Amino acid sequence: MTLRSTISAKPQVWATALAIAVAVALLAYVFGRGGYVVTVMGFAVIYGVFVTGLNLFMGYAGQASFGQNAFAALGGYGTAVLCADYGLEPIVALVLSATLSAVIALIVGYPTLRLRGHYLAMATFALGLITYELSIEQSGLTRGFMGFSGIPPLGLGRFQLLSERAQLAVFILIMLLGVWVARRLRGSRFGRALLAIGESEPAANALGIQVFRYKLVAFVIAAVYASVAGSMFAHFVGYISPEVFGLSMVTLSFTMLYVGGIGTLWGPIAGAVLVSFLPQLLRGFRDMQDIIYCLALIVILIFVPKGLASLWSLAVRRSDVPAER
Amino acid sequence: MTLLSVSNLTKSFGGIVANDSVSFDLNEGDIYAVIGPNGAGKTTLFNLISGVLRPTSGSVQYAGRDITGLAQADIAALGVVRTYQLVQLFRQRTVEENVQIGFHLATRGGVGAALFRPGWVRRQERMVREKSRELLRLVGLESQAGLVADKLPYGQQRLLKIARAMAAGPKLLMLDEPAAGLDTQETSVLGDVIQRINDQGITIVLIEHDMNLVMRMATRITVLDFGKKIAEGTPVEVKVNPAVLAAYLGEAELE
Ligand SMILES: Nc1ncnc2c1ncn2[C@@H]1O[C@H](COP(=O)(O)OP(=O)(O)O)[C@@H](O)[C@H]1O
Ligand SMILES: [Mg+2]
Repeated sequence: MTLRSTISAKPQVWATALAIAVAVALLAYVFGRGGYVVTVMGFAVIYGVFVTGLNLFMGYAGQASFGQNAFAALGGYGTAVLCADYGLEPIVALVLSATLSAVIALIVGYPTLRLRGHYLAMATFALGLITYELSIEQSGLTRGFMGFSGIPPLGLGRFQLLSERAQLAVFILIMLLGVWVARRLRGSRFGRALLAIGESEPAANALGIQVFRYKLVAFVIAAVYASVAGSMFAHFVGYISPEVFGLSMVTLSFTMLYVGGIGTLWGPIAGAVLVSFLPQLLRGFRDMQDIIYCLALIVILIFVPKGLASLWSLAVRRSDVPAER
Repeated sequence: MTLLSVSNLTKSFGGIVANDSVSFDLNEGDIYAVIGPNGAGKTTLFNLISGVLRPTSGSVQYAGRDITGLAQADIAALGVVRTYQLVQLFRQRTVEENVQIGFHLATRGGVGAALFRPGWVRRQERMVREKSRELLRLVGLESQAGLVADKLPYGQQRLLKIARAMAAGPKLLMLDEPAAGLDTQETSVLGDVIQRINDQGITIVLIEHDMNLVMRMATRITVLDFGKKIAEGTPVEVKVNPAVLAAYLGEAELE
């Protein structure tokens, strides 16, 4: 277009190139090194899927869900039961569990999403607790608090992804698909409606956006992401228990969202990776590790309050492009 | 040609009669002003016309059809679009995005359309982008398109609200106190924008306290006081109407 926009496109290109370089270097290190680093990266990617979905509901539509772990549990147990007990194909089990999660999200969301603010937070929180209880009580199905082991790795037909490296590679593809979907949604009429709701429900309503309906759809989509993440977890570790999908999942995912940059496309992924690797980086501190971990998070939130993704927009600030990565 | 016809419109809230048998007609192409002291019932009148409130009695005819008591969204879909005194911009979104969100009612498509982007969706998105730019040009904000709306000065935020309302494709645009809180310079820019919109053939109803603006722009004026219409006419007629002068005594001065 104009000379000015050609010049100002430069920092954007550089920032994107830098971000890609960091990602490639990290992956090269992870796949080269192998061992526990691959395991940590696997968890990071699983959480990346989880928070990308949650971000649609919390970051874009501006709603709070403290019960997203319920849908991860549904995905995890769905995959465990269907694959280990019924011998279904992993992809079939994943799709069936995600469908069930979507239906339950619809049923649970219908009455609760009319609630506002902390009522919604409490209702979703209760959902997480109830699922947790159920996964202990329904021990015929879930093996109770002892957990469910012997879940096969991800695979297709007779072909199984036996190494963690191979699983990680497929997980990264799944995550990229998840980000691609989020990106398509973001840049559409649907996504704009979510953003509008996130900022001002009365204004969105006045422009003809059916606020409740859009919230419900966002909640269902987030539930599908959570469910898929749960299924991935079950395959990756081969073992799940009620604890795995407990409250810590909620706090961890919130940390990732805010550290990475809520409401941005890649921020949640960056947050998932950083928050997953941070404890490993701090292992040298031994007893002090937990304290330093918390301090590190606080320092990040003080100096980059809008999350890691805001570093990217900082680099391109002068170029007049909307800050959206 | 009559575009909007309000007959004996009445609305009571408990004991308060906010609109008391108000009637007037406005023609296509008008810039029609509704004035009156605070609490006279102007915003209530807008709420009744646009379907936010149901009238206690009376009727609203728009383009030859009875729209009394229709839902807000249905009335908006017919081309009656309003800005609200209290409804905010999307402050953290860019200027351009604010306008794009305004196209919601004028476009269609949900999750499936977003994911698979068939041809009609791509064409629609292109249309949204182009028309957003056009509307920003119309209100003089095209060079601020990428700016976060919050960063705009107050007067330009008001213009952005109007551009956002225009995105819904109004035939009748209702503006509730668009100049409130603006300085003379900003008000004059606003007046030009309203004139440009009107030049495109869009009929305008305007609630306004700024008498300079009203007298300069309005083709006709209705004056409300305590829910009743006390006068109607051209600016020149209204200015010298004794009932109007009495109602405004101690209020704003009529120019
Ligand atoms: N939703 C409502 N409920 C109760 N009273 C209302 C409501 N809306 C307006 N009123 C009353 O109706 C009268 C007219 O208000 P309004 O239409 O806002 O006046 P204006 O816009 O001319 O200043 C006021 O006395 C106001 O208190
Ligand atoms: Mg008012």
